[in-house]
Amino acid sequence: MSVAGTLLRSRALAALTSPHGVDRYLELVNPMWAAHEVRARIVGVHREVDVPGHPPVATLTLQPTATWRGHRAGQHVQVGVEVDGARRTTRVFTISSPDSRPGDRFTITLRANPGGVVSRFLAERAQPGTVLHLSQAQGEFVLPDHVPEQILLVSGGSGITPVMSMLRSLQRRTHRGRITFLHYAQSPEHQIYAAELDEIRRSGDGIDVHLLHPELGDPALSPAYLHRLLPGYQDVPTWACGPEPLMKAVQAAYDGSDALRTEYFRPPRASSGDAGGEVVFERSGKAAPNAGTPILDQAEALGLTPESGCRMGICFSCVSRKTEGTVRNVLTGEESSLPDEDIRICVSAPVGDCSVDL
Amino acid sequence: MSTTDTTPTVRLTAEQLDQLGEELDALRQRIIADLGEADATYIRDIVKAQRAFEVAGRALFYLPPAWPLAVASLSISKILDNMEIGHNVMHGQYDWMGDPGLNSRMYEWDNVCPSEQWKNSHNYIHHTYTNILGKDRDIGYGVLRMDEDQPWHPYYLGNPVYALLLMLFFEWGVAMHDLEVENLVAGKRKVSENAALHAGIMRKVKHQALKDYVLFPALTGPLFPLTFAGNATANLVRNVWAFNIIFCGHFPAGVATFSQEECEDETRGHWYYRQLLGSANITGGKLFHILTGNLSHQIEHHLFPDLPARRYPQIAGEVREVCERYGLPYNTGSLGRQLGSVARKICRMALPDRPEETRTPGPVVAEPAAA
Repeated sequence: MSVAGTLLRSRALAALTSPHGVDRYLELVNPMWAAHEVRARIVGVHREVDVPGHPPVATLTLQPTATWRGHRAGQHVQVGVEVDGARRTTRVFTISSPDSRPGDRFTITLRANPGGVVSRFLAERAQPGTVLHLSQAQGEFVLPDHVPEQILLVSGGSGITPVMSMLRSLQRRTHRGRITFLHYAQSPEHQIYAAELDEIRRSGDGIDVHLLHPELGDPALSPAYLHRLLPGYQDVPTWACGPEPLMKAVQAAYDGSDALRTEYFRPPRASSGDAGGEVVFERSGKAAPNAGTPILDQAEALGLTPESGCRMGICFSCVSRKTEGTVRNVLTGEESSLPDEDIRICVSAPVGDCSVDL
Repeated sequence: MSTTDTTPTVRLTAEQLDQLGEELDALRQRIIADLGEADATYIRDIVKAQRAFEVAGRALFYLPPAWPLAVASLSISKILDNMEIGHNVMHGQYDWMGDPGLNSRMYEWDNVCPSEQWKNSHNYIHHTYTNILGKDRDIGYGVLRMDEDQPWHPYYLGNPVYALLLMLFFEWGVAMHDLEVENLVAGKRKVSENAALHAGIMRKVKHQALKDYVLFPALTGPLFPLTFAGNATANLVRNVWAFNIIFCGHFPAGVATFSQEECEDETRGHWYYRQLLGSANITGGKLFHILTGNLSHQIEHHLFPDLPARRYPQIAGEVREVCERYGLPYNTGSLGRQLGSVARKICRMALPDRPEETRTPGPVVAEPAAA
């Protein structure tokens, strides 16, 4: 790739393909050719967990384009899919395979959320050959270059993916220290990577694997339990990822200790009724009770001056990113709750809490 | 409202305007609910065709006998790029697809006018204030007299010449549109206000000129002059085509203009009404519509600027039926007819008005019958 890559990213080629850019031409020949963008072809689909009546969990193996710069264990990637060939929807998934180098294959593991367009498509319908749109790997929830002698990895549910990526990387790096791996799952049937973890447990490589199922009587996460498991745990470098209740318990147990690093993904908040709630303007740090009027009006009432034009939804000057919450299009009455969505703020009124990147 | 021809002024009551607004909103809603794969496939196919014509055009310049074919191919590429893709994508018609390559905020077109500036002058100013004298700067582009309510001045004796020049250098005219040169001359605008715009235009001009007039000609080696001339011709063809289609969309006989007073506190219904009366269509076949970016359905475009343009022919019948029901004119005609009408207007507006042609604008909205 290096010679071809240098050529494809050269200023000369950019000038010749101006104003559209090299990728707009390459993609017409082969979607896996790219100079700047990152795409990936699904090369493997593996069902991790399939409990009847519960959303399945699948691991997808992705072959990225040569533009993929690699990732560090614990990082995530934005994945865009065109469901039914039209609307591209983008969601963030954690990478579950060990550190990757440029152009390397990697895996994402995801649960099909019942209301999630992307996760359901990927877990239930995606086939090898499907091309996805990716960002570069992102996120600060990573292991340091020099991994401490002793570490603790805590996860719950599908929050296992980033710490599994860390565990796999450490194994590959032949980490000599002691790793305590603590995971909470609903039941043994819901355990993701059960066979691999079982093998790790029996390998005797200094990795303590604890798989817990509180619903079956195992102890819930508490300071007492952690202390029993690992005396002085508050000083042990810890990486924790999981659903909100587990993360709250972890944070309480560490009581502000610097040793703890956490990450969790909140599900999108659903509509919380008509008006009411709070509108947050993230970039300017302002917030106000939701007045029920279009976001542009509410922003201006707070003294902000977002770019705007026609004020009737036709000119697209005011398009801004809604990061969270539900908005209603005042012209059509259509409601939308997708996170990270571009909306015309002159005709979008918040329904309940709402955050906008303004 | 004034029309530059003999079309009677149609007045609707406030209730009728509200009803018109509701009907058109419902039509819009039906199309939005129906957007999907067919629309996505369509625009992607057009993009593929445009890129193919472009590559073919650039390659054919290496075969001197194929020069006319190369120019034709590149011209079609530029026309598709500007009209069915650029104009429509930058209206946000395909934003719902979530594809950065077809997103109004990111798209840049093959034209010396930077997309950022064009979106302001076109999407915002022109589409919001369509045909309101003194607000819609597309009326005459600050150069021409296109309406009898623009006061005559001896300068306008040159109207046909200015029109011809604007046609030949249309992309440059569009690029300079935002600079409001006429307001600079009139002292209504300061040169310093243009600094940022100026920088944006120069950057874009540099990219466009480098590609069309230096790099691609240089790559053909000894054929440099031929390739250079071919690229210039393709730009010219696109300019002439775009100018004519756009002028047929707003300036044939029977198209209405509005005063600022009559558009104060405008209702949604009145906005639709103004868009209907301020636009004109051109009849033609499917290929013709594609090459105009479906701006041959300027009426439908002005009613629903953010709907994918491929939908305009589908809904044209319904819009026409609505017009008939409300007694509103639906201005359409062949390319020849509309062009002739535009040309006549350009020439007539060069001369001072004869007294019998001057009209006094009346109120658009009639008093409600049962007020």
